[in-house]
Amino acid sequence: MHIPDGFLSAGTWVPGWIVSVGGLGLCIKRVSSILKDKMVPLMGVVSAFVFAAQMLNFPVIGGTSGHLLGGALAAVLLGPCAGAIVIAVVLTVQCIIFQDGGLMALGVNVFNMSFIGAFLGYYIYRFIKSVLRGNAGILAGAAIAAWLSVVAASSFCALELAVSGISPLRVALPAMAGVHALIGIGEALITCFVLSFVLKVRPDLLYNE
Amino acid sequence: MNKKEILIGLFIALVLAFVLSPFASPWPDGLEKVAEDKGFIAKADIKPVLESPLPDYVWPGLRSEKLATSFAGIFGTLLIFGIGYGLAGLFRYFFKT
Repeated sequence: MHIPDGFLSAGTWVPGWIVSVGGLGLCIKRVSSILKDKMVPLMGVVSAFVFAAQMLNFPVIGGTSGHLLGGALAAVLLGPCAGAIVIAVVLTVQCIIFQDGGLMALGVNVFNMSFIGAFLGYYIYRFIKSVLRGNAGILAGAAIAAWLSVVAASSFCALELAVSGISPLRVALPAMAGVHALIGIGEALITCFVLSFVLKVRPDLLYNE
Repeated sequence: MNKKEILIGLFIALVLAFVLSPFASPWPDGLEKVAEDKGFIAKADIKPVLESPLPDYVWPGLRSEKLATSFAGIFGTLLIFGIGYGLAGLFRYFFKT
């Protein structure tokens, strides 16, 4: 879902940059006050894992593939702020080093995949975890958060394309949300797989504010 | 996380990047597919603002496409591990209460 340059009008990507830079500033401020020593190496490992996993496109349907976005996963492990920073780091390196996602579009990409992924993902996860106790609640919450965050991010992407005059919303929204409803199943499965592994070996690594 | 756990975590990421990435699905992702189907994919054919050193996750100078992807994956994974770890360390260092 990395938007390339050329898809977005200046009226979309400029605000995207402003919101993302401002939002990341707030995230850094917040993370700095709550960062625990044990989270420091975990941020490195989660960044590396999300980058590697994003390279692994899996086929979904009719000549379309998808890959993990990792926002919900990172937020469950690190909390929403550090999770958002990690995804933003991944997106920035992908853009600068690997030409994956445009430089002008980077702000919007950070908004869609890092902020929506980590924050929406985290609060859905936390809500479900508060209703359903134990590991079942953690995994169910993470799975639903993962799926919803991917569908929400793709819906925002459709909205940004529509605002940029590239494709009308009635065309872009069902197309984007539809295919990402399938990709989101992969996101949910991978997120659960990784979290059940972490729950087995180091359950204390999950973020607990 | 102790040193061993950090290395195991990094090792898992490196294995994914090196071993599995060449076998990732070559099909377009969700957005590219929608752009093709709805006829606006050509809008992305503009000169990039910034020339990336390793476009499309290809390590230069290798004859094997699979190896080129693997090497780009290893490089990216190590680089991002360093940036993520380093940034977190900086936050910790500068804002230690």
